[in-house]
Amino acid sequence: MTMTKQTIQILIVVAAFLVLFILFNAFYIVSETNQVIITQFGDPIGGAITTPGLHIKVPFIQIANYFEKRWLEWDGDANEIPTKDKKYIWVDTYARWRIIDPLVFFQRVRDERGAHSRIDDIIDGETRNAIANFDLIEIVRSTNREFEMTEEAVILDLASAIVKIQIGRERIAQIILEKSSKTTPEIGVELKDVKIKRINYVDEVERKQFDRMISERQRIASKYRSEGDGKSAEIRGQKEKELLKITSEAYRTAQEVKGKADAEATAIYADAYNRDPEFYQFMKTLEVYRNIMDKETWLLLSTDAEFLKYLKSYRK
Amino acid sequence: MSNGDFPSMDIRLPKIKPGIIKLSVVGLVILIVLFSSFYQIRPEEMGVILRFGKFVRTTDPGLHLKLPGIEQLMKVPVQRQLKMEFGFRTEVPGIRTEYSVTPETQKESRMLTGDLNVADVEWIVQYKIKDAFNFLFKLRDAESTFHYMNEAVVRKIIGDNSVDEVITVGRARIALEAKEELQSLCDLYEIGIEVNQLIFQDVNPPPPVKPSFNEVNEALQEKERKINEAWSEYNQEIPKARGEAEQLIRGAEGYATERVNNAEGDANRFRAIYREYARAPLVTRKRLYLEAINEILPKINKKIIFDEQMKNILPLLNLGEEVIK
Repeated sequence: MTMTKQTIQILIVVAAFLVLFILFNAFYIVSETNQVIITQFGDPIGGAITTPGLHIKVPFIQIANYFEKRWLEWDGDANEIPTKDKKYIWVDTYARWRIIDPLVFFQRVRDERGAHSRIDDIIDGETRNAIANFDLIEIVRSTNREFEMTEEAVILDLASAIVKIQIGRERIAQIILEKSSKTTPEIGVELKDVKIKRINYVDEVERKQFDRMISERQRIASKYRSEGDGKSAEIRGQKEKELLKITSEAYRTAQEVKGKADAEATAIYADAYNRDPEFYQFMKTLEVYRNIMDKETWLLLSTDAEFLKYLKSYRK
Repeated sequence: MSNGDFPSMDIRLPKIKPGIIKLSVVGLVILIVLFSSFYQIRPEEMGVILRFGKFVRTTDPGLHLKLPGIEQLMKVPVQRQLKMEFGFRTEVPGIRTEYSVTPETQKESRMLTGDLNVADVEWIVQYKIKDAFNFLFKLRDAESTFHYMNEAVVRKIIGDNSVDEVITVGRARIALEAKEELQSLCDLYEIGIEVNQLIFQDVNPPPPVKPSFNEVNEALQEKERKINEAWSEYNQEIPKARGEAEQLIRGAEGYATERVNNAEGDANRFRAIYREYARAPLVTRKRLYLEAINEILPKINKKIIFDEQMKNILPLLNLGEEVIK
């Protein structure tokens, strides 16, 4: 059997393709974002390849397994957890993690999905432990910062109602991180920054809390109302007081002015009339006569009256 | 299935010279290579070039070349102002922007305050990608991580403030604190994001509690109104009373002047008369007396003059009748 020229040509092309295909399989790219574990018939060969660029492996026999190199996010489901002071709350945390040991990661959890479910277990468990160990206030607050004393805060006496915290939210998150970090190297994962994303009351507690808020506001409202009544009564009282002061002072001044004038007048009269009190009496009496007698007056006069003496006799 | 089911391949391709086919294939390849070599970066973007997955350079806006097939281009909008919303979503931006609030966004906004009360806080954050390398390569899902960071930071700071501070007096301060803390967390995470602004939108007590907060406002207004009313009464009555007091005092002063003047007048008159009287007392007395009589008697209608010796007629006069009249 002889090969024709055409058959040889076809064979050469096929061989070239085959060689190219094999060569291509010998190269693999590690990018900035991932790292590679080489496995040979399923067995890992060597450590993780993390430097970005073009790399060579044995084609077909060795397989490149890619793993993420960047920090990854983990967002857990919200958990209903009772605090130490028996308040039921939803706690929702997030964390960052990365594959620190791809080999272990590959062996223990295979892929990110597997890792997620393991991290769920680890962090959720530690979160439960931590939250249950502290009062709610420790989980909500981070510092002992004093609240600004608004008018409302003063009415509610917030200053004395506030409990000082010992640990605080940041530190509790830190505790969760530290405890969880002890376990995660077992799956080739490094954890960082566990943070409490959300805390909320469970519905029943929330309703009670709302009732408390409503009653607090009602307290403030009724305080304001009574303050309004009190303050306006105070102003009215002040007004009454000033009114009485003004009128009485005016009366006093008026009386004083009048009295002084009366006294002065009295002195003036006394000074003048003292020269001849009898003559004054005479003059004043005549004036009184003039004033008291009018046409209604009956005057019965005896002829003995001095000015009538000439009526009876012309004698001296 | 046998070949017989198909009609024999009988289509005749038009005869084309092999040279033309070769040429057009080469041309096509050159075109593809050229197209994949040139790339354009828009003004708000930055290009990141990876060679075999390895970061080699960044490129600024403009037309650039890269090695086709070997270098890979990623575009990052570094100049663009980006925005994230919490507690609501903008549906239709515009002059009359429409917002939507879903149960999911409501969960974003509900949080506990430091006095263990509850508030609904909506906010937006404006940010830029500061470092394209970090943004792309330091962590995956930078944006959703940034979203979580926002929620954690805002809640942490709200958790250190009373509900009154959150809703009223502390808003601006809290927003600023949150922005700064968010920025330092971004730096810590090397997320490549620069936080430009964190702005609180609606900050409210939860809906079931809201009416009682409004009640407080109403009570406050009622208080102000009552006080104002009292002051207005005060302002009406006090000046009036002052005026009346002034009037009383002026009246008294008038009386005083009159009284003294009258006294002086009377006294001077008396002195004047007395001066003359002292010179001829007897005749003056008589004159004064008679003048007075002369003045008085004409005014009197009923004048009865009787003799001293006939006093007994007096009872006969019908005095009573006249008096009764």
